[in-house]
Amino acid sequence: MGMLSLTIVLPLAGALLLAFLPEAGDRSVKQIALVASLAALVTSLVLLVQFDVADPNLQQAETWVWIPAIGAQLSLAVDGVSLVLILLTTFLTPLILLASWSSITDRVRGYAAAFLVLEAAVIGVFAATDLLLFYIFFEFTIIPMYLIIGIWGGAGRKYAAVKFFLYTLFGGLLMLVAIIYLYTQTPGGSFAYADVLALELGVTEQRWLFAGFALAFAVKVPLFPVHTWLPDAHTEAPTGGSVFLAGVLLKMGTFGLLRYALPIFPDATVEFAPWLLGLSVVGILYGAIVALMQADIKKLIAYSSVSHMGFVVLGTFALNATATSASVVQMVNHGLSTGALFLLIGFLYERRHTRQISAFGGLAKRVPVMAGLWLLVSMSSLALPGLNGFVGEFPILLGTFQTNRTAAVLASFGVVLAALYLLWAYQRIFHGPLVGADNENTTDLKAREVGILAPILVLIVGIGLYPQPLFDLVEPSVDRVLTEVGVEPLDIEPIAATSEES
Amino acid sequence: MILLAVEASGVANEVVSATSGVISLAWLIVVLPLLGFVAVLLANRALGDAVANIAIAVAGLTFALSAAVAITVIVDPATYIVPMPTWIDIGPLTVTFDIFVDQLTAVMLLVVTGVGFLIHIYSVGYMHGDSRYGRFFAYLNLFLASMLILVLGSNLLTLFLGWELVGLSSYLLIGFWFEKPEYASAAKKAFITNRVGDVSFMIAMFLAFATFGTLDLLGLIENAPALASGTAFVLVLLLLGGAAAKSAQIPLYVWLPDAMAGPTPVSALIHAATMVTAGVYLTVRLSPILVMSLDAMTIIAWIGASTALLAAIIAVRQDDIKKILAYSTVSQLGFMFIGVGVGAFREGIFHLVTHAFFKGLLFLAAGSVMHAMANRTDAWGMGGLRKLMPITFWTSFIGWLAISGIPPFSGFFSKDQILTEAYFHGFLGIWIVGLIAAVLTAFYMSRWFFLIFLGEPRFGDDVHPHESPPTMTIPLIVLGFLALVGGALNPVHSGPLFNFLAPVVGPIDDLGFTPAGPLPEIALIAIAAGAGVFGIALAYLAYVRRDVSQGRMVEPIRGPIAELAERKFFVDELYETIFVRVGGRFAQALVWFDTRVIDGAVNAAGAVSIATGSASRRTQSGLVRGYVGVMILGALVLVAFLLWQVR
Repeated sequence: MGMLSLTIVLPLAGALLLAFLPEAGDRSVKQIALVASLAALVTSLVLLVQFDVADPNLQQAETWVWIPAIGAQLSLAVDGVSLVLILLTTFLTPLILLASWSSITDRVRGYAAAFLVLEAAVIGVFAATDLLLFYIFFEFTIIPMYLIIGIWGGAGRKYAAVKFFLYTLFGGLLMLVAIIYLYTQTPGGSFAYADVLALELGVTEQRWLFAGFALAFAVKVPLFPVHTWLPDAHTEAPTGGSVFLAGVLLKMGTFGLLRYALPIFPDATVEFAPWLLGLSVVGILYGAIVALMQADIKKLIAYSSVSHMGFVVLGTFALNATATSASVVQMVNHGLSTGALFLLIGFLYERRHTRQISAFGGLAKRVPVMAGLWLLVSMSSLALPGLNGFVGEFPILLGTFQTNRTAAVLASFGVVLAALYLLWAYQRIFHGPLVGADNENTTDLKAREVGILAPILVLIVGIGLYPQPLFDLVEPSVDRVLTEVGVEPLDIEPIAATSEES
Repeated sequence: MILLAVEASGVANEVVSATSGVISLAWLIVVLPLLGFVAVLLANRALGDAVANIAIAVAGLTFALSAAVAITVIVDPATYIVPMPTWIDIGPLTVTFDIFVDQLTAVMLLVVTGVGFLIHIYSVGYMHGDSRYGRFFAYLNLFLASMLILVLGSNLLTLFLGWELVGLSSYLLIGFWFEKPEYASAAKKAFITNRVGDVSFMIAMFLAFATFGTLDLLGLIENAPALASGTAFVLVLLLLGGAAAKSAQIPLYVWLPDAMAGPTPVSALIHAATMVTAGVYLTVRLSPILVMSLDAMTIIAWIGASTALLAAIIAVRQDDIKKILAYSTVSQLGFMFIGVGVGAFREGIFHLVTHAFFKGLLFLAAGSVMHAMANRTDAWGMGGLRKLMPITFWTSFIGWLAISGIPPFSGFFSKDQILTEAYFHGFLGIWIVGLIAAVLTAFYMSRWFFLIFLGEPRFGDDVHPHESPPTMTIPLIVLGFLALVGGALNPVHSGPLFNFLAPVVGPIDDLGFTPAGPLPEIALIAIAAGAGVFGIALAYLAYVRRDVSQGRMVEPIRGPIAELAERKFFVDELYETIFVRVGGRFAQALVWFDTRVIDGAVNAAGAVSIATGSASRRTQSGLVRGYVGVMILGALVLVAFLLWQVR
């Protein structure tokens, strides 16, 4: 068994252990869950060490026979893109579990098990190289997330959970149709990624199939106008659920676009790219404007995710090395920034049991550490240079400008709006006079909470100043995908060369 | 390509990779204050007020190091590149942290760290007793580091890194007393307005990259002569968008007057002497691109002239001693933009330097007055402080004459040279508007000076003005000295500073400038000096010769224009209407659309299905199961359809 399968099996094993230890107290449940998630973090780091950065292809492959009758295999492999996202998943999960223990007191065992299963399934999504296996992992993530929202969520959790379930399941089913169709086209019938990639599909076929895949992924991202499940899911989910949702689950959509929709349907990709750029731009601006008006801080951040994930899709369909590589980096950045914001919101919620922005005011005086960290994370989210968000967003916009100037120019205004909704929220929560006993008595972050945030903060600053290892990891794989799509490498003629003639 | 630029201006700047010597240590100039910021924040609780010493020591060291670097450049002029690690390398985009040092950098380094160091010292006295005393010094160090990144970056993107970090420092310091809602709003307004400019700056970078294939300053400067005029026009205007926000020019100046919410040392350092001049630095740094589009330069000149005039008119009717200085800063920055626009790049930088001296001085003097007057800022509630605060009075005296353009004070030389160049380069309209603004400048600054220091006290017994402590008066004296003698940097047109900066500015020889008229330079100098004297004389008649004990009732100028000036031409109200009211309506409409239309459709679809499925199952889990059944059935039908469709 290789490191890759081990990274999936370890959390699953942890979940199984929890299931077979009904007598275990909450304390040992927490320890088992943490150990299992840390073990997955370790194996994923080993995977990183073993990874050959120079090789753009899928590597570390592992294959087992699964359903020979239909040619389905349990086959796993990673490239730079999936490795980065797996690392993001294994990095965030232990932090989420640690952050949850102060707020989750009911059915702790189930909660921990659900998260471990969820982690395994998401890693499976990023690692699968068999389309059926991918589909099953992809759809399976819905179940633990549905339970996490539906059982441990807020007052409106039933509605939110069902909405999440149906929205994403509906999207997924269209993809299943497309996958089955692709299967029928492969010689001898195969779900293997390589076999599907080798197919020579007609343009009409590509259009239909691309639509099936793209819709499934668009719902997951979520791309305007199929985004309305996200604000409800975020608002009602417990803190851990929100962090995982924003941090990792949404990336399944953008990952899917890059891994499947682009290279399998190159003609359709090029044909539909302007439309997807358009939807991304609308999402960036629309999400940001709607975020401005939210009274619930979690809803605000949920809409900001619609805006920020718009940047990722924009970069993906800009189809050049700079923008598309940066869009993968932006997936990580959004996971870190928004994850940290939801953790902070969770810490504040535990103290105040409200998410209404209007309930707060002047807190910076009382909770300087929380205020300082909140501002740092907000700055990361609004793409202040020097922090991680910028090294994603700027190359996305710069790259997009080279292929579609209008889209890049319009999307740039998203950075003004991001500053507006984040700083306005910050001002309403932390600035102004300290009014009311509730605000007066709010306590600052404890060392434990700062400790949970610290690893994310280190990455926010670290990636902001030294993003190169991440770019180096991602770029060869992105170039491979772009070659599959048939895009020429971006080549800007230096002006001096052209001017000699004039 | 470099030869082209060099031939035209007649002097060569050799490009040197600095791997040894003082300049190779230039990275410390950035890293020291950055470490200072972190150290002060971390040690704040443990050390108490003593923590300020760390920040001050860091500022002093940074100044010493900057001086050493500047001296090296003076002795051995060249463009030095200090190799540093890569920041971003992705596709064709490569950006390094390399440090860029040339003559212009040397000037900026001295201004930023020199004034910066003085203001660190001043803050010891001014901020004494504040509950967040240590944090203030941490932010000052952060600002210093950010501004130095801006000045030392060798690439537009690293320059932008500093550009944004000074924005963050400015946000933190304007909102330093965030308990007051209007101060917090001022901080946010500054950041957001600057972000609008940033979008323009970012698009400029996209376009520059698409055109040049690089964002390296050297690459841009060397290849600028090959720019097509259309591209140059757009590129310069986009850069102007960024510069206009940072340097508070029309239409993005509105944040600067509000920024006076910050503690006064911040107003002096960030919002007068250094950060707000970043736009001037940027445009002069890229002047080889500017000279490729005379049309764009003309627009810059007119933006500068309109801003200089508008802000000067507003300043005439402000009563808050800091607000007067704030509008004055906007106006003086307008003069610098006139310089840039009419091709007087070096004169623009000269004015940047003298302005840093005299406006830094005037703000510190205002701070000293506020310190003495229990933080009052209404000029009408002052008067007669001359005797009570002699050092503040005499240093203010120098600052007042310097900004009014009275020879031989520093401001006279720099302002006169900008206006003279405007005339000699054929910008008659700009020259006239500039002269009117100069008269108004002398008028409103005299009003400021007279109302504070002369006449009889107009305050009651509840305040007891006194001279400020030495930590505050020593910086005043140093800046007073500089504001007095700063003109010596470039007393005549082809003076030392002018020649020193020659290799770094774009060549204007090909722009075909011809003088606007027959006046010789000596006449222009006389007119400029006369403008200052005239403004002072008017203010003298209005505020010294007349009895002003009745307060603002005696304002000599009345009527609608005075009213307009007092209400700042309703620009804030106009923006409020457009962005907050109309923008808010639009945002509300989108929220309605999101919840009613988009989500409404989703819920309606759900409701229809529930209605059809409710006959059999009503529970939640049953609902989901029913859905899944229907969906899988639908999926199968779809597969069949697809197969049939495509075959």
